Amino acid sequence: MSSFNRRAFLASAAGAGMLPFLRVLPATAQTGDTLVTVFGQTINSLDLHRSGTNRASYQVAINCYDRLVGFGAKQLPSGEMSYDYDVIVPELAESWTISDDGLTITFKLKPNATFWDGSKVTAEDVKWSFDRAVSAGGFPTVQMRAGGFSRPDQFEAVDAETFVVKLDYPSKLSLPDLAVPVPFIINSAVAKANATEDDPWAMEYLHTTPAGSGAFKVMRWDQGQQLVYERNDAWVGGDLPAFQRVIVREVPSAATRRALVERGDVQVSFDIPDRDASELADKLTVHSTPIENCIHALCLNTKFAPFTDPDVRKAVAYATPYDAIFESAAYGRGAKLWGGDTEITDTAWPRPFPYTTDLDMARAHMAKSGYPDGFDVTLSISLDLVSWMEPAALLIQEAMAEIGINVTVDRIPGANWRTVALVDKSLDMLLENFGGWLNTPDYYFFWAYQEGRLFNASNYSHPMVEELTDQTLHMPMDHPDYAGLIKQMFEIVIEDLPRIPLYQPALNVAMNGADGYEFWFHRQLDARPLTGAGA
Amino acid sequence: MATRWLPILWRLVQTIPVVIGVVIISFVLTRALPGDPAVQFAGQMATPESIEQTRVALGLDKSLPQQFLIYCKALLQGDLGRSVATGRPVLTDLSTRLPASLELTLTALVLSCLIAIPLGVLAAVRQGSWVDHLCRVLVTAGVSLPTFFTGILLIYVFYYLLGWAPSPLGRLDFVYFDPPRVTGFFLIDSVLDGDLRTFAGAAKQLALPAITLALFTLAPIARMTRAAMLTALSSDYIRTARAAGLTPRKVLFGYAFRNALLPVVTTLGMVFSFVLGANVLVEKVFAWPGIGSYAVEALVQSDYAAVQGFVLAMALLFVLINLVIDLSYTLIDPRIGFSSK
Repeated sequence: MSSFNRRAFLASAAGAGMLPFLRVLPATAQTGDTLVTVFGQTINSLDLHRSGTNRASYQVAINCYDRLVGFGAKQLPSGEMSYDYDVIVPELAESWTISDDGLTITFKLKPNATFWDGSKVTAEDVKWSFDRAVSAGGFPTVQMRAGGFSRPDQFEAVDAETFVVKLDYPSKLSLPDLAVPVPFIINSAVAKANATEDDPWAMEYLHTTPAGSGAFKVMRWDQGQQLVYERNDAWVGGDLPAFQRVIVREVPSAATRRALVERGDVQVSFDIPDRDASELADKLTVHSTPIENCIHALCLNTKFAPFTDPDVRKAVAYATPYDAIFESAAYGRGAKLWGGDTEITDTAWPRPFPYTTDLDMARAHMAKSGYPDGFDVTLSISLDLVSWMEPAALLIQEAMAEIGINVTVDRIPGANWRTVALVDKSLDMLLENFGGWLNTPDYYFFWAYQEGRLFNASNYSHPMVEELTDQTLHMPMDHPDYAGLIKQMFEIVIEDLPRIPLYQPALNVAMNGADGYEFWFHRQLDARPLTGAGA
Repeated sequence: MATRWLPILWRLVQTIPVVIGVVIISFVLTRALPGDPAVQFAGQMATPESIEQTRVALGLDKSLPQQFLIYCKALLQGDLGRSVATGRPVLTDLSTRLPASLELTLTALVLSCLIAIPLGVLAAVRQGSWVDHLCRVLVTAGVSLPTFFTGILLIYVFYYLLGWAPSPLGRLDFVYFDPPRVTGFFLIDSVLDGDLRTFAGAAKQLALPAITLALFTLAPIARMTRAAMLTALSSDYIRTARAAGLTPRKVLFGYAFRNALLPVVTTLGMVFSFVLGANVLVEKVFAWPGIGSYAVEALVQSDYAAVQGFVLAMALLFVLINLVIDLSYTLIDPRIGFSSK
């Protein structure tokens, strides 16, 4: 970023008690003020709303911007820390009230909240930012709609500190959807000053120059190399981060990242491969958290023969070598999703399906089906995700041969994968990895089991599932009917098997000299709670 | 003086059809590739509407000839378009990434030449001696070890085990600032700035990746030098020179080496253009922000403008390198001239 000013930086470095007269920072950055993290992806924009912004860039929305509300934190049974989907906490909003009909949410903003330039955060800024999210098109607009926000006229700035959202229908997803990275609050005065006629939402400007109120400012962005965050000491959204500065370096090679974190030259290696996680677990602190509402699944296209035959789908489910896949594709990281109870007593999701590797059962179902002599089929995988798809596909290929299904593995280039797998839905049999941000089973069903939805790669369609999903999607989870309806949905898809769950993947993070890691559904590094080791 | 430049100008004019061809082919090829950019850039969660919105935003709803006209019009104004993935003009992307690749490739080639050419000459002069065998071993090892393997091995030994090399984190460790940009070459810019600390920092970062690439390029250069020297040494004019009683030194460097240089320079040009585009693996291992990884990323995401820009830049670079090589022929061997085309 060319706007970066060397002199200002040196002054701040000196102020922070670092060596004042060098043209470089101290060689070892472990002064307690600076945290160095590496990851393998690349941040391609500082503005989540821009079309084309990739997943890795969402971390800027998290670390540099505030939302009205956020999620709380909880300790998982494994001892890991995680965000808590069930607890909504204030971020820029001080308090909120929901009307009795559930159609109006009134937020009171924190009176002392300021943007980085010192100006006050007003309801007008919130309105402008929300208008932008629902009007920008593409991903932000789709995600906003999940919470019931689709038009600018739903948002109203009543006065400087009062912001009102009007909903078309009450939904349990509305408030949580305001805590995901998308509805972040932008300094609208700065943005408008840099907007043009062709670019009313200042996409061009905010792409490289964030203007927010968040815990960190972007001090420097060398696209394709690194992002440097600097703490905003005036942050009121939560507890002030422990680190003055957080450096995020992009290192594509997993081997290099591993060497860096093992040597302790970086403190956090984010999203490391399962294999490295299992090998480093003895030497360093490795956090492996099963990703909420995410399933690595084998999808069978229910529109194409022979998978139109329910017995064939059952045979495949019984022939799948779950244990071997979990060991060699996931290195035992994550959670098992097979061998569960037949009886459904709770609404936990993802949940183990009641199938295990049982070749006798598989053969019995094959014999009952319309294809007792087996058939030929192509199993497609994405070249971008070979690390888990390749071993899983080869094991499935080997196992299916046992029941007379002759599988050919087809590797599809990443650029084409989404088109053929998710948009055209033209693949017979494929591996898929959808995960939903909003952690409710109905939200998963909405994207993966309802007809025509992007992640319904199996082309599944079942009138009851359609109806039950629509019915439960916005229903409060403590509604007396909720659990019963959800169980019905579970029963149908467990019986129908358009998607055979293989396992729930884990997000792995290796730490060497840092602490305070929290898992988040968005699978990006939230730098705000991180602390030094032993702190 | 004007007559000297005329042939060069003529050569440049000759490249115009080539460039036009490259523009058309790169445009058609990117469109012919499977993969829909609108789907790619519509984001994680997408609906048919949001994919359509993205398609319109990217201008991909227009017909192909229309898109081509728009592309050509922009190209004539020096605008290579905008990369969707990086959100920046392709020209900006290339101008930050090309110097990084050039710096790495050139350093590696200089390093490689410093070793390979003397080695090749010695191997030819002392055929069958230990130098010849050493040359053979190095050459075989150089080509048979893939660059990413050599790279990881060097990192393992010199960074992980010995701790001599700095963290393999790209062009400069995060403790340094980029030198003020003049050429885009950190080594040169830091010297221009008089900042020797940054120069040392950049040189340290450059060492391992440059050695990795140098090992890989050693083979063709050393082999070609050896072969060319052998041919030259066994030719008539060398016999004559020796018979005329010239010193061995004069014979070797004045006659044999000068004649052997022609094929070596040709090889160098080829190796250079090959390595520049093909060092993706080295870039990935050392987190080097070069042009190779940029192109691969762009290709994987069907980022049309970026791919086209990359292909065009490489084509222009090829043309330039070929011109430089042709010019250097005339310097090495006065018998070759441009006028006799």
